[in-house]
Amino acid sequence: MLVPHIVKPRPDTGLTNGKFGIWLFLASEVMLFGALFATYLMLRVGATDWPLGTTYLDPKWATLNTAVLITSSVTMVMAWAMSAKRDFAKFRFFMLLTVALGFCFMIIKYIEYSAKFDHHYYPSTHVFLAIYFTLTGLHGLHVLGGMAVNAYLALFGKKLYDKDPEWFTNRVENSGLFWHFVDLVWIFLFPILYLL
Amino acid sequence: MSDGHHEELSFWRKYVFSTDHKVIGIQYCVTGLAFLFFGFCLMMLMRWQLAYPGKAIPIIGGLFGDARAPGGIMLPDFYNELGAMHGTIMVFLGVVPLAVGGFGNFVLPLQIGAPDMAFPKLNMLSYWSLFVGGVVMFSSFFLEGGAAQSGWTSYAPLSNIAPSGQTAWLIGMIFLITSSLLGSVNFIVTTVQLRAKGLSMFRMSIFCWAQFVTSFLLLLAFPPLEAAGVLQLMDRLADTSFFMPDGLVISGEVLDRSGGGSPLLWQHLFWFLAHPEVYVLILPALGIVGEIIANNTRKPLWGYRTIIYSLIFLGFMSFIVWAHHMYMTGMGSVLATFFQTTTMIISIPSVIILTALLLSLWGGSIRFNTPMLFALAFLPMFGIGGLTGLPLGLSAPDIALHDTYYVIGHFHYVVAPGTIFALFAGIYYWYPKATGRMMSETLGKLHFWPSLLFINGVFFPMLIQGLNGVSRRLADGGATYDFAGAVGPLNKMMSWSAWGLALAQIPFIINFFLSLKTGKEAGDNPWNATTVEWASPSPPPHGNFATEPVVYRGPYEYSVPGSDIDFIPQTKEG
Amino acid sequence: MGHSHAEIDRHIKIYLMVFGALLVLTAATVGAWKLHFLPATPAIALALIIASVKASLVALFFMHLNAENKAIYWVLALTMLFFFVLLLTPFLAAMDVISL
Repeated sequence: MLVPHIVKPRPDTGLTNGKFGIWLFLASEVMLFGALFATYLMLRVGATDWPLGTTYLDPKWATLNTAVLITSSVTMVMAWAMSAKRDFAKFRFFMLLTVALGFCFMIIKYIEYSAKFDHHYYPSTHVFLAIYFTLTGLHGLHVLGGMAVNAYLALFGKKLYDKDPEWFTNRVENSGLFWHFVDLVWIFLFPILYLL
Repeated sequence: MSDGHHEELSFWRKYVFSTDHKVIGIQYCVTGLAFLFFGFCLMMLMRWQLAYPGKAIPIIGGLFGDARAPGGIMLPDFYNELGAMHGTIMVFLGVVPLAVGGFGNFVLPLQIGAPDMAFPKLNMLSYWSLFVGGVVMFSSFFLEGGAAQSGWTSYAPLSNIAPSGQTAWLIGMIFLITSSLLGSVNFIVTTVQLRAKGLSMFRMSIFCWAQFVTSFLLLLAFPPLEAAGVLQLMDRLADTSFFMPDGLVISGEVLDRSGGGSPLLWQHLFWFLAHPEVYVLILPALGIVGEIIANNTRKPLWGYRTIIYSLIFLGFMSFIVWAHHMYMTGMGSVLATFFQTTTMIISIPSVIILTALLLSLWGGSIRFNTPMLFALAFLPMFGIGGLTGLPLGLSAPDIALHDTYYVIGHFHYVVAPGTIFALFAGIYYWYPKATGRMMSETLGKLHFWPSLLFINGVFFPMLIQGLNGVSRRLADGGATYDFAGAVGPLNKMMSWSAWGLALAQIPFIINFFLSLKTGKEAGDNPWNATTVEWASPSPPPHGNFATEPVVYRGPYEYSVPGSDIDFIPQTKEG
Repeated sequence: MGHSHAEIDRHIKIYLMVFGALLVLTAATVGAWKLHFLPATPAIALALIIASVKASLVALFFMHLNAENKAIYWVLALTMLFFFVLLLTPFLAAMDVISL
């Protein structure tokens, strides 16, 4: 191994490379979504009349999705905890559950999107729908990305786990950080887009 | 460091899809130089049109086809295309890959005594993301309607209704931004985590500090432009109206869009990146110049800590000055006052750094080799660039100067004889480390002196033209513009200087390739330098250092009283 | 992080409590919105405050920010500062326009 501090933290900084890296990446994600929230604000402040979320959207689905995503965050930390307890079978169970919940979220999103299209609500219909589709679409892409990493760890992680369970647990923690961040973004998207 | 056995890598893994930071650094350098050259060629075409508007481009005029230049005479749309792409390519595909990707990748891990970057695979991915972005940008010239032509700033709504080249521009930008984001994560983690034993943050070289601060700018300022790029893509592809106001009339017809968007939003998001971007261009250059000045004056840098604090403060402030690009957008006086104040404040650390570098020369016995000449030229050139920026930072003079050639002169002084000279200095300085051979001093001087002369011939007249009110957006260089009457003839001087500048690069190109074969063997430390990279062999092997380096002192221990040699390497014990 | 099993079991208990709190807060957001007992502006404020509390819970416990490293706090503090600058200034800009 050429690069140090992958598994064990560097003593003076107390960090592993991966963890510091994922937090920096999340910092850039904060700015990415920040810019989109700023867009939302600027459009809303500049609008003569801004529609209530319910004009176009149905909060029922979004409430359900909030619950799904929060649950998936819990199964994610459980997966990490099981990996830290060196119980790979349980880790795999919780991780696959997390992926399944992510899948569930995407299905509900799909139902929601189709309902919009059936009503002929497109991004071009109104700037509110434009920002709605952009924010939720970009968020959806993040969910898909997180699902891919989590599925990879659950299905193909055994090799690394057997070689070095601590390294593997670090990876689970880092992918978890990303997953929780995606949840966190949704926690704000939900009231902003659907309720206010 | 290394486990002692190296599996032999295939050609592709070793030189093309390599994860070694040195190979990637060189890939970035070569790509950056190639794009700098390409962007320069675009500008040389523009300069023909400015000096001889309406005349056929000689020799190569026939190559551009009837859509762009019927009979070899450049159409205004083609001029706009060249202008937009010159800016984009120089900034995002030329200087940033060279300064951050190239020098950062090659020098930073060596200078902190690391075996590689923290995430080698991610590093490779950053380079290839840049490469794809470059290919997309380049191939957009072959799209119907040509490449982007709404300026490098791509102001909406003009860019929203531009031909499909703009879509390619946006897609290309998203790749370039992704590349920079991945790269900046890598740089920060590498700097914090992989410093050699004993190398505390305040023993780190100015160059590494500059790269470190730059990485934070990239990390936090680029995402808003990525978001803006996504929004403009939505506007172009999904007919949304993020940047489209209500009732926009184009060619006498009301545009069929929902409206409700804000063209100003684009400007805010764009400049939120693009102002820090200016510091992304300049900070690595300051770092390179600092290294070279310390080395060639054989003195410690004057005010090492002051420079570092100034770098950090500069980086921080660069996030809250962006709207000084937007005084002319109907901004109210409260906001304008805020941004004028922050802009005046940010000039202070810049001046501190420049002063510290100048004072470092005092009393030194200076070695005037090629890297030092470029570094020395950087100081006054950057000074001119910086000082001419002050009137633009205040809203009252900016009303007169906005969008004139004065602006072009100002920022080109910062970036061309400023940053690009520093990058040349860096190439001459670290070439021996990368290749094991020295570049020719004679050819180097033949490169430097004409370049210095011609580059001022290009940019100084711009300041004069701008003060006379010549707009930067004229496809005929002001031939049909009353204001430009008295200063119009300067266009010819600038154009001939630009073409002369091109000729002045020939010695560099020869030097760059010839020295690979015929350059004098460099040895590990040809400049008698103190920093850690010179403790590795030239060129450094995979894994960089034969034994893990340990650092015992600060970076610039030159001419230490009582020492028998005039430099003490950081890795020297005791 | 080297965690003992007992420590992790304690963590798991906390995770489940946070999970409960998040669900309750989600219900509170939706409930407040359904009942319409507040005028528009305070309702927006309330919804955003609840969202912030939920986000803090996720960040503190699921993302282990309650016991994290100093370097990460610094990075996040800087990010949050610029996040708010980004969020507020376009807003202010829309408010402060020259009117002719």
